[in-house]
Amino acid sequence: MLKDLFKTKPKYITVKTEREVVNRDEPVEKKEIPDGLWIKCGRCPQITYIKDLEKNLKVCPKCGFHFRISAKERLKLLIDKDSFKEINANLKTVNILNFPDYESKIKKSQKATELTEGIITGEATIDGIPVVLAIIDFAFIGGSMGSVVGEKLTRAIEYSIEKKLAFVSVSAGGGGARMHEGIFSLMQMAKTSQALNRLAEAGCLYISVLTDPTMGGVFASFASLGDIMIAEPDALIGFAGPRVIQQTIKQTLPEGFQTSQFLLEHGFLDLIVNRKDLKQTISQLVKFHLNGGGMNGQ
Amino acid sequence: MASNIGPVLEFEKPVVDLERQIEELKEFSKQKGIDMAEQIAALESKAESLRLEIYKNLTTWQRIQIVRHPKRPTCLDYIAMIFDNFIELHGDRCYRDDPAMVGGIAYLDKIPVTVIGQQKGRDTKENIYRNFGLPHPEGYRKALRLMKQANKFNRPVICIVDVVGAYPGIEAEERGQGEAIARNIMEMANLTVPVLVVITGEGGSGGALAVGVGNKIMILENAYYSVISPEGCASILWKDATKAPEAAETLKISSSHLLSMGIVDEIIPEPLGGAHKNPSETANNIKNALINNLNSLLEYSPSELLEMRYKRFRDYGKFIE
Repeated sequence: MLKDLFKTKPKYITVKTEREVVNRDEPVEKKEIPDGLWIKCGRCPQITYIKDLEKNLKVCPKCGFHFRISAKERLKLLIDKDSFKEINANLKTVNILNFPDYESKIKKSQKATELTEGIITGEATIDGIPVVLAIIDFAFIGGSMGSVVGEKLTRAIEYSIEKKLAFVSVSAGGGGARMHEGIFSLMQMAKTSQALNRLAEAGCLYISVLTDPTMGGVFASFASLGDIMIAEPDALIGFAGPRVIQQTIKQTLPEGFQTSQFLLEHGFLDLIVNRKDLKQTISQLVKFHLNGGGMNGQ
Repeated sequence: MASNIGPVLEFEKPVVDLERQIEELKEFSKQKGIDMAEQIAALESKAESLRLEIYKNLTTWQRIQIVRHPKRPTCLDYIAMIFDNFIELHGDRCYRDDPAMVGGIAYLDKIPVTVIGQQKGRDTKENIYRNFGLPHPEGYRKALRLMKQANKFNRPVICIVDVVGAYPGIEAEERGQGEAIARNIMEMANLTVPVLVVITGEGGSGGALAVGVGNKIMILENAYYSVISPEGCASILWKDATKAPEAAETLKISSSHLLSMGIVDEIIPEPLGGAHKNPSETANNIKNALINNLNSLLEYSPSELLEMRYKRFRDYGKFIE
């Protein structure tokens, strides 16, 4: 086109000389978005007007850094408008061990997230195709998995089996298995993982999306077991926390350790997908598997 | 009784001191030819009541000291004492053989079984070789390979669990210990043979659960099973790892708590003072428990075993609806 000739700024491909990786020493505090009008990027010096950042799906317009988003925001981003039907919304936490301050922690998280527990589950459509979704909210005790999160995940998997629908989980479970429910949290790892055997037997697709951060018992159970493993860029993903590793081995960790890119290189991810492309990618993948997939899918 | 078996734990000192006094007195009476039988008998009965007082009222933290005792029997010690004709099998067929996880085929009371477990070292040199019993991903993958092999030949699986937790190391993350643990958990749930788990020492979070999805789960009296180490919990909760004893109580990780919460089915008794005081007695107790439980599980069909295990783990968790 003629007007292309008048472009003032030619586009260049940016070549990174060094791998730009965020220092994740303080994974919890860094990227919370405080109240205010402007927000500093978690990686580059860019300061962005919050409304602009939100318009850009909370991805830094300068460097593409993905800020953490809530489960509700994530839901909106992934599904067709108003298509969500929540299931098992009223499951409530019990302080089984009488763990100190657990109730107040729950209350604080409920206030911060406007959720009853750390996960939203339900059915929705993506580009018109029905799927079952389970989305963890990091702001709810670090996205950790206790009895309620484990039960809602398991029920969502069972719902997928019953309805013969693809199951999509989005993990932001930095807290891993929730300490406050002790051994019962560890058992949720077994409960959710074994349910996936039945999902596989039923021939249902499972897409696991890992977002920043996914660690410990969440990573070492259902979240690692997707037929297709996707992560957002720059997410911290691993089993043992970087600080614990550093304290144990007393060495500096390699650059980019436990990031999405690191996991992809080591063979534990199928693909890294930018937030803006996530819905489209999931939709495409689910379409491949419609009607049992393969030769049945014609 | 206790004094010749490895280091003395802090809370046992009164007993050990008394035992030493008794020994000295015996020696003295022998050398000097003085009859001190009465005094010795009095001290011995005092020692006996002190032993009972200490060992019958152990706190969770004291029990943890016992299971971390360097002379506590390890997986291979138990295998040698419990099973016959053990042949160790090596390697995960992907990367390497992990000495921190051992496994193989053996007879349990004439029944061929596959036995698997984490292996701590028995001295510093072996501990370095075995990475202090902390498996890398290839260890979990070896365990899974052996479990699937057992399943193929309709052989029961017995897992002996003793691990502090997963290994916080760069290579373990590079080779995907999260994925390895997750896959083990999922695949164990699919086994159609009886799966028996005995927690003999430390049941440390994901590292334990990776070989812990059983039809029957037993635990030695002093052993524990927890989502997080007491030290880890204390440093998160109170920013102070020295408060681990309090954390151990808070987390309710002792065998009696686990039994009452339905996490384990049976507590296997240990000799007074812990397994290391009498390894063969401990092994015998484990053997009896294994045989009894295996015999009861052999009554079930493969699909019943699968369903039973599924239901067990499906039901864990407390919530209000």
